[in-house]
Amino acid sequence: MSGASLVRALRDPATTHALDAAGWTGLIAAARAEQILGTLAHRLQGLPMPATVDRILADARTAAEQGRTLALWEAEMAAQALLPLGVPVVLLKGTAYVAAGLSAGQGRNIGDLDILVPRDALDPVEAALLAAGWEWVKPDAYDDAYYRRWMHELPPLIHRERDRMIDVHHTILPLTARPTPDADALLTGSVPLANGLRVLSPEHMVIHAAAHLIADGDLSGGVRNLWDIDRLCRDFGVQDKDFYLSLYEEAHFQGLWSQTMRALRLAHQLYDTPVIGYCSPLRSDLDEKASDRLYVRRLLARDGWGRATRPVTQAGFYLRSHLLRMPPGMLARHLWTKWRKGHRVTP
Amino acid sequence: MRHVFSLRIGPVGFRVGADWREPIEALRALYDDYPKPHDGIPDFSVRLFAARRWRRWVRPSITIGGDYVLPDAAPLPLPLGLLAAEMGMNLQMALGQRRYLLLHAATVERDGRALLMTGVSGAGKSTLAALLMVRGWRLMGDEFALLDPATGLLHGFPRLVSLKNRAIGVVEQALPAGKFGPLQADTPKGDIRHLKPDAASVAAMDVPARAVAILFPSFGHAPDMRPVPPAETFVRLTQASTNYVALGERGFGALTHLVATVPTHAIDYPDAETAVAMVERLWEQAA
Repeated sequence: MSGASLVRALRDPATTHALDAAGWTGLIAAARAEQILGTLAHRLQGLPMPATVDRILADARTAAEQGRTLALWEAEMAAQALLPLGVPVVLLKGTAYVAAGLSAGQGRNIGDLDILVPRDALDPVEAALLAAGWEWVKPDAYDDAYYRRWMHELPPLIHRERDRMIDVHHTILPLTARPTPDADALLTGSVPLANGLRVLSPEHMVIHAAAHLIADGDLSGGVRNLWDIDRLCRDFGVQDKDFYLSLYEEAHFQGLWSQTMRALRLAHQLYDTPVIGYCSPLRSDLDEKASDRLYVRRLLARDGWGRATRPVTQAGFYLRSHLLRMPPGMLARHLWTKWRKGHRVTP
Repeated sequence: MRHVFSLRIGPVGFRVGADWREPIEALRALYDDYPKPHDGIPDFSVRLFAARRWRRWVRPSITIGGDYVLPDAAPLPLPLGLLAAEMGMNLQMALGQRRYLLLHAATVERDGRALLMTGVSGAGKSTLAALLMVRGWRLMGDEFALLDPATGLLHGFPRLVSLKNRAIGVVEQALPAGKFGPLQADTPKGDIRHLKPDAASVAAMDVPARAVAILFPSFGHAPDMRPVPPAETFVRLTQASTNYVALGERGFGALTHLVATVPTHAIDYPDAETAVAMVERLWEQAA
């Protein structure tokens, strides 16, 4: 119930005037659970609300602002370590949104630093990060080998002094996933920032967010990831009236057409994203599909205590996330290895 | 959640939900006259739940959850339900509090001026605070001091005093009429018994105070006292804060101002009685 109330408040902040104390409590708990309280706090700023909510949201805005400072500092540290190598370093996700001044970054919770570099530059990048104080998080030989052979990123590194993680990507989906995005095109299309770092082109930014949401993972954090997509589309749709046309084109080139369309439909259904459909030169149908309901059901599975609800739907998407990531035979082998090592693999 | 209790401790509202009645009853008994959260809206939610459904009945085991969680916190058996609730509330503060700089310290107040006592676990903060309360000081809190970067004032956070091991007997003897929770034996931190702050401390929880002295007590040594320079106090207090880093510049500003303006002493003491006498003597000198 509160998952729905959260999405309603984000989409249409004025509807919160009808909330009673229990409604506000549930909204705040759900927003914390979805790690989107800072964003909600910006959305509701200036509206009438109980004094206690005003105070909680003001704290959330302050915390998000501090998070923004830290994220940008972490990007600066990565820039100092990597730019001397002369390879393009592309910021991804939250750090990219705040670095590029996009509204998706407003109030956003930012965890790790995610960057994209050319695959053939991974060795010098890794060496430069290790020399600058980053260390491996997972010293496990199987995990390490698994990351290097099958994943789209290096095993996570953490900085020994600042205690912040960096994920170094060389493409945007695991190598074992069925779609194989064109990482060279992502790098070539990337846009430079004033500090020498880069961000993805507008189209690729949305496609990456869609791929991350729909083609990788079990939709946890989906309320926020979909909100990113909504905000990106609104920013870019205003800057360029043909934005959606080039987005559809790029989604097709990247082999992520159905994922991008799914994400746009869901964003439209949940957040009223002003997506534009076309019949020509290419056909993009934005009508709701029956299967979208299942996604919405999963995305809104959050109660007034911030607890995950709908366990069967959750488990289904969890299983799906593994099947997306690798073929069944490989998945069986992977789970077998993990199980023998005493890892628990449960939803 | 099936069983719920809401309360406010100083400026911070909580709601605690549980799968079982016992932890909620224990909270209700000891926090009976605490106010409810402002506007009926808590700052933080704590959840005490069975990680697997059957664990509600078979060897019931409490997982501590809430708005903010530690990924690998060990569950507690049901008889330690009160401890679980207290740990859950502490966890929300430690991980989620962004308004106040949190110092892991006990605070007592007299004549509108506060004394801050900090130190490692076992240094005797809670015991000293409880004994000073017996002698008429107002207990502002035994676990967290809330320093407001905007005003430089300390806010009370008088949750239950958590007495451990030998301190339990000492305080029981000093305060025979005190309201104590059940003895919780063999917790991960040894024996624990909670003490409810006295009525005056609860009634004055909303009154902030300015710190005028900082103390680093250390139990188990011959009596000794030495002044601590601000730089050392600063470093020790950053270590005693759970959210100093998260607050960024505001935390730095609040803490540097505190250590620059408030004199600090380290005291060694062999027993609680000596410590109380040393503290009160120091207080008179400061006044």
